[in-house]
Amino acid sequence: MDSGVIVEHFPRLMSGAWITVQITVISLILGFFIAVPAAAMRLANNLLLRLPVQGFMFYFRGTPLLVQLFLIYYGSGQLHTALESVGLWMWFREAWFCAVLTLTLNTAAYTAEILRGAIQGVPRGEVEAGRAVGMSGVLLFRRIIMPKAFRIALPAYGNEVVFLLQATSLVSTITLLDLTGVARRVIAQTFAVYEVFIAAAVIYLVMVYALVFLFRWMERRLHPIRQ
Amino acid sequence: MSGSMEMFDLEGYGASLLDGALLTLLVGFTAMVVAILLGLLGAWGKLSGSKTARAATETYTTIVRGVPELIMLLLVYFGVPTLLQDLAGVFGYEWVIDLNPFTAGSLTIGFIYGAFCTEVFRGAFQAVPKGQIEAAHAAGMHEFLTFRRIRFPLAMRFALPGLGNVWMVLIKATALISIIQLDELMRNSRIAANSTHKPFTFYFAASLIFLFITAVSMWGQKYAERRAGRGVRR
Repeated sequence: MDSGVIVEHFPRLMSGAWITVQITVISLILGFFIAVPAAAMRLANNLLLRLPVQGFMFYFRGTPLLVQLFLIYYGSGQLHTALESVGLWMWFREAWFCAVLTLTLNTAAYTAEILRGAIQGVPRGEVEAGRAVGMSGVLLFRRIIMPKAFRIALPAYGNEVVFLLQATSLVSTITLLDLTGVARRVIAQTFAVYEVFIAAAVIYLVMVYALVFLFRWMERRLHPIRQ
Repeated sequence: MSGSMEMFDLEGYGASLLDGALLTLLVGFTAMVVAILLGLLGAWGKLSGSKTARAATETYTTIVRGVPELIMLLLVYFGVPTLLQDLAGVFGYEWVIDLNPFTAGSLTIGFIYGAFCTEVFRGAFQAVPKGQIEAAHAAGMHEFLTFRRIRFPLAMRFALPGLGNVWMVLIKATALISIIQLDELMRNSRIAANSTHKPFTFYFAASLIFLFITAVSMWGQKYAERRAGRGVRR
């Protein structure tokens, strides 16, 4: 066991961890803003609204993230000319952009499914009460359904956030230097295989459990009867 | 873009993709068996009176759920052999270990999802109504017979939805094993993509095969749950 390697390369690992955090946060925020309308559309009676979202959710929840990542990053190369003609190629050329795009779409699909369940879990009486005082459509959705649904969804969403943080390790396979990417590079230079992977694992553990505690705190805060 | 049909031409790599898919399923089944065994063991540990067993299983699930699968896989495949060689070196032995990707991959994925199965089984065993156990005791069954006839069959019914979900996540996680060069679906798609310069075609084909596996699994899960619950009044 060579702990000197870890001490020497710790700053690099931390800069990788910072990239991991950035990718996670950006994908989460963008994914959430896609998920809210997607969940609403998924529950619509109109087939034209529902079917495309249903297909999107089925595809991104039914295939491995690694395949999605390769499809968007490497696959876009095959569509190079088409993408260039619409001016999108400069974006798809960047591993960073493809990573965030894939993770955003992936988490949007899972979050939409969580929100769908939560919206359906909003007690009927509360919706009826809203209607009784004259709310309807967007107002009812914004004031009654969504706040309640968010609270119902929070524990499951917390799990999704933890999964996404861990899933970002896959971006190392498309050349990005996140925590996993840096760890693999340091290993290629130092041959300290298990030392560096264990150090990276510990950093992930700390980040994951920080998130777990944050979500537990939020769940307590948002509980209607404050303890 | 020359012709839209060219896009869907697998240029003879279709069989290789199907071979890969079979290996993906084989890895998935092996890993699932490992995960179920570890899960039963873990649930027993978590519910047992022994403090050591509880602490050990708690550590297992805490660590596994906090570390990315990819790190775990690379650690097992590249790290464990080096670690063992170093340890052997300390004692003056020379020991060269070469884990094959199939073993390393299935064991790692099984080890990871064993932690999730632990939680599933723990919840399932706790969900068995006390009255059922009391009834068994009242009918004169001793501990082991109660376990075999009442506790275990009932818990398995409660565990079924959770196990189905674990399988669904597990089979997708097997794609990671392509990174340690096992010729499963993902890696064969990669080989085809590189030699034909049609990455979109092949990764899309791979995703459709995975989608098919997921869809069949979803149908199977529904069927199994309906069958296991046929004696339950709704």
